[in-house]
Amino acid sequence: MKLISKLIKFELQNSIRSKWIIVYSLIFFVLTFLLFSFETDSAKASLTLTNLILIVIPLVSIIFGVMFVYNSIEYVQLVLCQPIDRKSLFIGLYLGNTFPLIFGFVLSIILGTLFSGILLSSLKPILITLLIGIFLTLIFTAISFWIGFRIIDKAKGLGTAIILWFSFAVLYDGILLLIIYSFREYPIENFALAACLINPIDLARVFFILDFNIAALMGYTGAVFNKFFGSSLGIIVSFSMLVVWFIIPFLFGMRRFLKKDF
Amino acid sequence: MKNNFHHILTKTVTFLVFIGLSEFNFGSTIIIDAKEKIKSISEGIFLAKSYDTLIIKRGIYKEGNIKIDKPLTIKGIDNPILDGDSQFEILTISSEEVHISGLTFHNAGVNYLKENAAVRFENVNSGSVAHSTFINNFFGIYLAKANNIKVINNFIRANGSKEASSGNGIHMWNCRDIEVSNNYIQGHRDGIYLEFVKQAKINNNHGENNLRYGLHFMFSDSCTYISNNFISNSAGVAVMYSHNVVMTQNRFADNWGAAAYGLLLKDITNSQITKNQFIRNTSGIYIEGCNRSRFENNLFEKNGWAIKLMANSFDNLFTSNSFIASSFDVATNSRQNFNTFSKNFWSMYEGYDLDKDGFGDVPYRPVKLFSLMIEQNKPTLVLLNSLFIKLLNIAESVFPVLTPETLLDAFPLMRET
Repeated sequence: MKLISKLIKFELQNSIRSKWIIVYSLIFFVLTFLLFSFETDSAKASLTLTNLILIVIPLVSIIFGVMFVYNSIEYVQLVLCQPIDRKSLFIGLYLGNTFPLIFGFVLSIILGTLFSGILLSSLKPILITLLIGIFLTLIFTAISFWIGFRIIDKAKGLGTAIILWFSFAVLYDGILLLIIYSFREYPIENFALAACLINPIDLARVFFILDFNIAALMGYTGAVFNKFFGSSLGIIVSFSMLVVWFIIPFLFGMRRFLKKDF
Repeated sequence: MKNNFHHILTKTVTFLVFIGLSEFNFGSTIIIDAKEKIKSISEGIFLAKSYDTLIIKRGIYKEGNIKIDKPLTIKGIDNPILDGDSQFEILTISSEEVHISGLTFHNAGVNYLKENAAVRFENVNSGSVAHSTFINNFFGIYLAKANNIKVINNFIRANGSKEASSGNGIHMWNCRDIEVSNNYIQGHRDGIYLEFVKQAKINNNHGENNLRYGLHFMFSDSCTYISNNFISNSAGVAVMYSHNVVMTQNRFADNWGAAAYGLLLKDITNSQITKNQFIRNTSGIYIEGCNRSRFENNLFEKNGWAIKLMANSFDNLFTSNSFIASSFDVATNSRQNFNTFSKNFWSMYEGYDLDKDGFGDVPYRPVKLFSLMIEQNKPTLVLLNSLFIKLLNIAESVFPVLTPETLLDAFPLMRET
């Protein structure tokens, strides 16, 4: 535990020095501030913000994570010369990378909304946006660690990360659309819903939609969506899927790290 | 002696005045009170002459069906309750000049054959119902072949659970020149229902949580609807087969559901839909078979679809409307378009105004490819807000292949009106 906190502290100092994180936070701060000051309806502003977050956070987290792993390989080798627990080292590295990202993101969103003078009454959509951002950072950093410790070649690893992001963000929805269209004569609602829960970005999107006014729009499509989106069932299922999506890549990455021959 | 003479004189004068008054039919007042001589309303009506005033004091009157066949003014004091015992129609009026106010009607019975109402005007040319309360009746106020009736300031509420077993709040059939204003209607099948009605004025009414439509009319030409609120009705508002309808400053809000519409227009021609607000409906306006109508200065906010425009509608004009934060602005079912959109404000417009004339320099296409997809294939709705869908929409708006090419606003406003 002591080792983990030490590592986190070290990584925090490291990332502040690199100024990466400051630029990242500043972008979110400016975006939030502008959106919430120019848009009178805070729900709509947080919809736009969430749309951006759904694209930007996975991309930044996955690339930042992979780069981080490759940059710290030598450092890891050095540390592993000491008699220390590999598990703690992995957790320390992971949290050391995600904490600055999450801190920067949360702080900039909160400051951005505060500076634009949004009332506390419209807090709920902002909180959901924050939650989505945090989960996406956790999930995609975990994925990037898995990639980083699995693929030795830097270029290959970075390429995989970008391709993975692209498939989650764009390609997956395209294929899903194709499938829904090909099987439109069949009752495909259940499948469409399940397919959305499998992709973390779609999952985050659905999670936000659930709490936005659009939820009621779903009633239009019939009983299956209505039941899912119109009740707490949807929130519970999608939230637990987000947790699962964080745990699985994290464990895979850790297993890889424990067995890896540096 | 002198005193006595005086007394006789005053008595004679009073008598003469009284005779005179009754000769000129100014009417006398009959008081009905459970504790006094005249205990029932039927008895009071039997004793009354034309143009008399009946005052009904506090109490519960269960007298089955009461028929009024002479001109009377009936006033309630301290909310007397007329109870239909869940089997009778309460007041049936078949005479001119019957004016009712201050009464409370309970439990007009369900009868599908006779359509029992709390108050029914049939075959009359004048009359009014005002300041009355209607609780749990099958039909509230029923006007059949009635003209020049005023229905004002009533509170009408029912606790119906099934559409089939409940009646309408205010029901008009084959009427002319009716005024319905300041009424509150809740929990009926249709809040206000008009069929074959001409020149009605429906103002300042509030229809909420009705089982079917807040307002429902058919074959009712030249009627005006001003400043009404229709909120949370299970299917919104539906109006059909009418000409020269004027709907102004109404509010249609919170009608959510698969078959709920803020306003459903079917076969409406030469009408004006202006200055209305459509807020948080699944579909703001659904337009089918409507021709030569104007949609002007309306506000559409946070609807699923602001407008669903079916391609069998011609020559409608949409101008100076504001479309704000809808998931979809306009949906249609064809590549053809015979309607005009011009000078509206669209919150999703992303163009610019270089010459500063207040209109965007790039036309706005309100029909998105995705809305067309959903029309054809509803499960695609799970992809709402997805990046892939946005890319598709952008590609389609640059080169319209599937969406109607001519359905566009060439002069989109840069600012909300």
